[in-house]
Amino acid sequence: MVEALLANARVVAALGARSIRQTFRRPQLAAPIVVFPSLLLAVQTGGAGRAVELPGFPEVAGFLDFMLAGAMIQSCLLAGNSGGIALALDLEQGFADRLFAAPVSRFAIVLGRLAGTAALGALSALYYVLIGLLFGVTFEEGLGGIALMVLWATLAAIAFGSLAAALALRTGTASVVQGMFPIIFVILFLSNAFFPAQLMLEPAATVAQYNPLSFVVDGIRDPVISAVSGEGAAKALLSIAGFAALGFCASALALRRRLRHG
Amino acid sequence: MSAIEARDLRRRFGDGVEAVRGVELDVAEGEIYAFLGPNGAGKTTTVRMLTTLLRPTGGSARVAGHDVVAEPGRVRRAIGVALQEAALDPLMTGRELLHLQATLHRIPRREGRGRAEELLARVGLSDVADRRVGTYSGGMRRRLDLATALMHRPRVLFLDEPTTGLDPVSRKTIWDEVRRLNREGTTVFLTTQYLEEADQLADRVGIIARGRIVAEGTPQELKAQVGKPHLEIAIAGDGHERARAVLARYGRELPATDGRLLVELSDGASEVAPIVRALDESGIAVEALELVEPTLDDVFLAKTGEHLED
Repeated sequence: MVEALLANARVVAALGARSIRQTFRRPQLAAPIVVFPSLLLAVQTGGAGRAVELPGFPEVAGFLDFMLAGAMIQSCLLAGNSGGIALALDLEQGFADRLFAAPVSRFAIVLGRLAGTAALGALSALYYVLIGLLFGVTFEEGLGGIALMVLWATLAAIAFGSLAAALALRTGTASVVQGMFPIIFVILFLSNAFFPAQLMLEPAATVAQYNPLSFVVDGIRDPVISAVSGEGAAKALLSIAGFAALGFCASALALRRRLRHG
Repeated sequence: MSAIEARDLRRRFGDGVEAVRGVELDVAEGEIYAFLGPNGAGKTTTVRMLTTLLRPTGGSARVAGHDVVAEPGRVRRAIGVALQEAALDPLMTGRELLHLQATLHRIPRREGRGRAEELLARVGLSDVADRRVGTYSGGMRRRLDLATALMHRPRVLFLDEPTTGLDPVSRKTIWDEVRRLNREGTTVFLTTQYLEEADQLADRVGIIARGRIVAEGTPQELKAQVGKPHLEIAIAGDGHERARAVLARYGRELPATDGRLLVELSDGASEVAPIVRALDESGIAVEALELVEPTLDDVFLAKTGEHLED
């Protein structure tokens, strides 16, 4: 039992490492994780910085302080989606059959992909922390807060990755998973990732207020702009757990279906 | 014990198409068995079921003594699989791929690395091991695919169309390696649409058409089922009638084509030399001579009414 667990853990690590290498070797997988959020961060911070002066805008030292969490969550969503695209490419190109024909747990193969996505989520979070430090963001909760942000980003990447993996396993088509990009942006803009929900017009304000993604964004943002609260952390954790539960269940069902029906 | 056995193996897909319709197989240990058939005959679907990648919808199959549905893990430990069109990640290097394969088969890290070097040397890819697979030629990809399938020293090796699209030199390299593996004791089950491949490599051939095995046996047995070899002779000068009299001693005369004489050889190619000697002793000058043997395509034609190769 222990031996089998260790063997599967080794497989997850090896496939995770492959997933990271694959992302860096295929620009179309890496670009969305770093380039798009960075550009959006630069454009919005530069162009809409005076938004912080609006009545009702949270107390922040600068617009970048507010935006950093948005960039992180966008990066995590796109990292998850890139992982899904890569998994679908494996299915399309037949590489997944090589993995499925090996004597390892087939779910370990999906977990390997998610391990890579988790690492990419953590790396991108660290990248945005570095951007923040370079451009004068004050992290109110210090190093502990930064660690918490990286943790939320990593867990969020796993959760979003599991949803993309489910879609990849269900459809086996990279273009379908890639087609999620616009939907991801709609979901992002209907959250508080880039603008405070309380300052939005209806019905967007209500949608953003109850969008679970907003709770995850708050979990990442709180250590930067204010203080970490138990309630905020619990909401972030529950939201991530919800996304993950949905993603893992859907992935398990899609994998089962694929293996049964071919 | 059979290395591979299948009883009434069936696979129906969601769209109602029954790709495999009651396949029966008995492949002995140490045998090279070729599954010969055109595209869409059910070869790949059968291999996918035997390698646990696809569940049968009917019948049963055992590979290396294990049931493919009830004991898929044991089957996977015993088999090596090189699938159609070399399913390799173009972004990985050859060495990385072999290391990953070692991990997938639970081979300890150091042993796996040693085995990877051994296999790279064996398939002649040591020099390009650190190049990305995407830069490899078709033949190199096939050799790498074969090497990955051998990582854990499988008892049964499945090769799905291992030489499709390869040039003759690369094809021969793969054939040589398959023969070598077989000499080392590995049972090989290969699918092919190439008559020559089945003829050259296989101990036994199963011909599959529309999801069913329509003929099975050694290449010689199968060819013997559709007729005997015949000798086609062009006679120089006016020795036609005398040649016919000589040839009548060796076999049945067949309708002539293009002025050539045709004689069926009941004892096969061993009769060619005596015939040539007899014609020479009778003072008959032979302009051209060709031994024509039945091919597996003739077998395919006889069994299905269609040619396998155009």
